[in-house]
Amino acid sequence: MTINEKQDQIIEDFELFNDWMEKYEYIIQLGKDLPLINAQYKTDDNLIKGCQSRVWLHADYQDGKLFFTADSDALITKGLVSMVVQVLSGHTPKEIADADIYFVDAIGLRSHLSSTRSNGLLSMLKQMKIYAIAYLAKALQ
Amino acid sequence: MFNDNDIITKAAKLDIEKIRSDFPILQTLVYGQPLVYLDNAATTQKPKSVLKVMDEYYKEYNSNVHRGVHYLSQKATDAFEVARRNVQAYINAKHEHEVIFTKGTTESINLVASSFGKRFVKAGDSIIISAMEHHSNIVPWQLMCEERGATLKVIPINQKGELLMDEFEQLLDETVKLVAVTFVSNTLGTVNPVKEIIDKAHAQNIPVLVDAAQAIQHIGIDVQYLDVDFLAFSGHKMYGPTAVGVLYGKEKWLNEMPPYQGGGEMIKTVSFKKSTYNVLPFKFEAGTPNVTEVIGLSVAIDYINATGLDYIREREQQLIHYAIDGLKSIAELRLIGEAKERAASISFLVGNTHPFDVGEILDKQAIAVRTGHHCTEPLMDIFKIPGTVRASFAFYNTEEEVDKLVKGVKKAVTLLS
Repeated sequence: MTINEKQDQIIEDFELFNDWMEKYEYIIQLGKDLPLINAQYKTDDNLIKGCQSRVWLHADYQDGKLFFTADSDALITKGLVSMVVQVLSGHTPKEIADADIYFVDAIGLRSHLSSTRSNGLLSMLKQMKIYAIAYLAKALQ
Repeated sequence: MFNDNDIITKAAKLDIEKIRSDFPILQTLVYGQPLVYLDNAATTQKPKSVLKVMDEYYKEYNSNVHRGVHYLSQKATDAFEVARRNVQAYINAKHEHEVIFTKGTTESINLVASSFGKRFVKAGDSIIISAMEHHSNIVPWQLMCEERGATLKVIPINQKGELLMDEFEQLLDETVKLVAVTFVSNTLGTVNPVKEIIDKAHAQNIPVLVDAAQAIQHIGIDVQYLDVDFLAFSGHKMYGPTAVGVLYGKEKWLNEMPPYQGGGEMIKTVSFKKSTYNVLPFKFEAGTPNVTEVIGLSVAIDYINATGLDYIREREQQLIHYAIDGLKSIAELRLIGEAKERAASISFLVGNTHPFDVGEILDKQAIAVRTGHHCTEPLMDIFKIPGTVRASFAFYNTEEEVDKLVKGVKKAVTLLS
């Protein structure tokens, strides 16, 4: 599946929920599916410090594709991190660098991507793109 | 037939309905539910009278103050200076020129740090603050200390969130040039013994700045009784507009301090060789002031006076105690800050839940609280926590809203565990 197909799938899944409680329960549940960052990488270097919730992120490069593992100290953020990781993992640096992440807004969690509410998710997305761009630059050398 | 209690309860209920109708925003629906606004320590809501006067100003007498010969400018100047006298009366300052309008507590503190620092602080000197200060009463002093080679000393606190007064006394040595301390902690709700702090500092001829951003709306402040040297507060936390604040300073200090910013209004004469400065308070009010907001603040003070600070304090104390009792009924909830003397903020954490998660689930129930470190990062480090959930109350809140908060937190805990 392409990055956008994965996002559309998530949006479709979320249309099933009738109320916010169910939606949040599902997000928190998704957090449990997150490929957890290996303890050795859960360092300050890999810590993305938002104002409120913290996210640790690690990227592996295999066969021309990037694979992410992560963790967060807040459950709702962790659920969203899990979705973003699922959407972007296994894609090429170019695809990740060019990706437009629109599903967070579409499922009604726009506040997590607002720069005024500086938090882990937004900073994590930026960091994922930085990884992708770094690998792109390397490939061009 | 009615008994006395019924009548009192009914009267109280009428009062609160009347009060709430003065604040249009309190009728707002959030996600289809009535707003429960418990973020009053961040900013309070504004009564209709404040909104009205700000609208009238722009419609009827918008004009630059202090320099116009024309009718509108006179009218605006009169309103502006009436506001100054209103603030003077509210804090019982001796002189109206001891009231400087700023854009908020932060600017008031920066003004003192900069101007007082230039005049009175040299290498080897020190400034005392406390462990529970807001960043705005830490960083200006750090900047000034770095610039002048001075050091910053910190009054420690106990686990309840109260200042250790013995330790404070030990910090008071001949290097100390100023003590800057908050009246009420924005995070813990602790009310500090500022009179005692001022008396102890004065015994060694050390002046004191009190950050009253979280006190001015809850506690009656008499600067002459306190004998405080500087008092800083913001309009928007006392039912007034944003972008206006006050620095009260004793005349003797303000006269000795150099200007903070240069520009129009603050000068007497200007030449390319040398300028001379205006008298107080204008020396510290460079440029066109925030006239609308100053007038709005004045009407906010009228509103507080008409409601009565005693009534406000009593209502808020009832709400806090009711809220503490309710929150304590939640298993695994722990209060951060349990000072004996406290004002309208309550910080807490529940079990292992992250404050950000709890805040978000409360938001979905139309309950507005604040989460995070509340601009008191060093304080969070002392308690070894990433942040707290903070509910902060105003006299327009109700017991019913507290019940919703308690229920909302319980729901969050269920969802998050």
